Amino acid sequence: MSTTISTNIEEEDLWGGGKQPFKASYGKLMMWFFIVSDALTFSGFLVAYGFSRFKNIDSWPIADEVFNHFPFLHGVDAPMYYVALMTFVLIFSSVTMVLAVDAGHHMQKERVVFYMALTIIGGAIFVGSQAWEWKNFIKGEYGAVETNGGQIYQFVYEDNPKKRIGLENLALEIPGDRVQHESKNGIWFRDESTLPSFTLNEVVSGFKSNPNIVIKTEKIDEKGHKIILSREESLEKISQAKYVVEGANLVRNEYGNRLFADFFFFITGFHGFHVLSGVVINIIIFFNVLIGTYERRGHYEMVEKVGLYWHFVDLVWVFVFTFFYLV
Amino acid sequence: MENNTHKLEIFRGLLKFKSNQTKIWGVLIFLSIVTTIEVVLGIVKPEILMNTFLSTKLINWIFIILTLVKAYYIAWDFMHLRDETSGLQASIVITLIFLIAYLVFIILVEGNYIYDVMYEGFVSWNF
Repeated sequence: MSTTISTNIEEEDLWGGGKQPFKASYGKLMMWFFIVSDALTFSGFLVAYGFSRFKNIDSWPIADEVFNHFPFLHGVDAPMYYVALMTFVLIFSSVTMVLAVDAGHHMQKERVVFYMALTIIGGAIFVGSQAWEWKNFIKGEYGAVETNGGQIYQFVYEDNPKKRIGLENLALEIPGDRVQHESKNGIWFRDESTLPSFTLNEVVSGFKSNPNIVIKTEKIDEKGHKIILSREESLEKISQAKYVVEGANLVRNEYGNRLFADFFFFITGFHGFHVLSGVVINIIIFFNVLIGTYERRGHYEMVEKVGLYWHFVDLVWVFVFTFFYLV
Repeated sequence: MENNTHKLEIFRGLLKFKSNQTKIWGVLIFLSIVTTIEVVLGIVKPEILMNTFLSTKLINWIFIILTLVKAYYIAWDFMHLRDETSGLQASIVITLIFLIAYLVFIILVEGNYIYDVMYEGFVSWNF
């Protein structure tokens, strides 16, 4: 660095405005500021997920066993295919976005319109896929029971531990169910959450009368598989069951550790919200391109800026995909 | 605007594209290949990669490295960081790497410690 005092002319140059730090325009730099801070927010989420996972390293749910649905393939075990498809959709919409930016550099309005439209469609497909993923997650498929200590017991066949049995095939019909308490009944307008389709008593007696069903615990052995109890151990453990759990909510879920569902909702939800707002911003820019705002302005830098945001959303998904579904 | 300011080579100059558009498609193909490798590894789960290495499975390290590779190409080619000044590149990347690496290190160590406490403690969590 020079130690001489700069001349008046240089100072005027520096302080007179019109200089672009890093040769990037104001808007682009501000978008980078936002992206860096948003990246830290997401890493905070993912690291918190890592914390809970390391804390429960021997009992965390296995993603392949949770996310194994594919549209139109009912009951087929298809781990990861659907998220992989979502990843490709998002990467592809990222590519159409870069192509739109590139067309903007060449001032080709028609091509910008075309590629922006493809990007918006890709983003909409992704958000829709995520909604479908949430629906499956919330609804659940087999159901489980939970103990007082928060352990989840799932039910599998003894001779084929890979095959799970749903509560509807397991539970015995016992007449005399209690009905859901609603705020219109009783005093003090209190209500309770939706009752599971089967009472604990029905599930437990169904389990006892089915000699070839055993319990699959949360615990993971050294090989990374869930530990499956013998029939005698299962009969002993079933007496500790306290709740019937179907699907997932923020309190308990049938897949295992309670925090797993919480992090699923928060991380994919936060990311999905980013995609949704990205689609909305893309639509605004799309219409601006259509009515020729940027043509008159003389440059398409707005497309580039919204493109930065869109790629960032894709970048975050790459990490969510790895840490939620692969690792 | 800036028509020929794009740097058109990836893999340290191993692959040079004729135009910015062909580069974009090239990067897409590369990212798709990496994602496919990840998905195939995740479904097949080769037995040899299930050994523990540095406190997690070998396969997880491969996933993390491939993710960082993908992140590099998304940032460098899709977000045009390759065309920015080295000062801007450094202020984005070094900030993130430093803060995230620190956060990851300190919080995962803490999580591991809490696991140990719960595992070795006298309290039963299975009831």
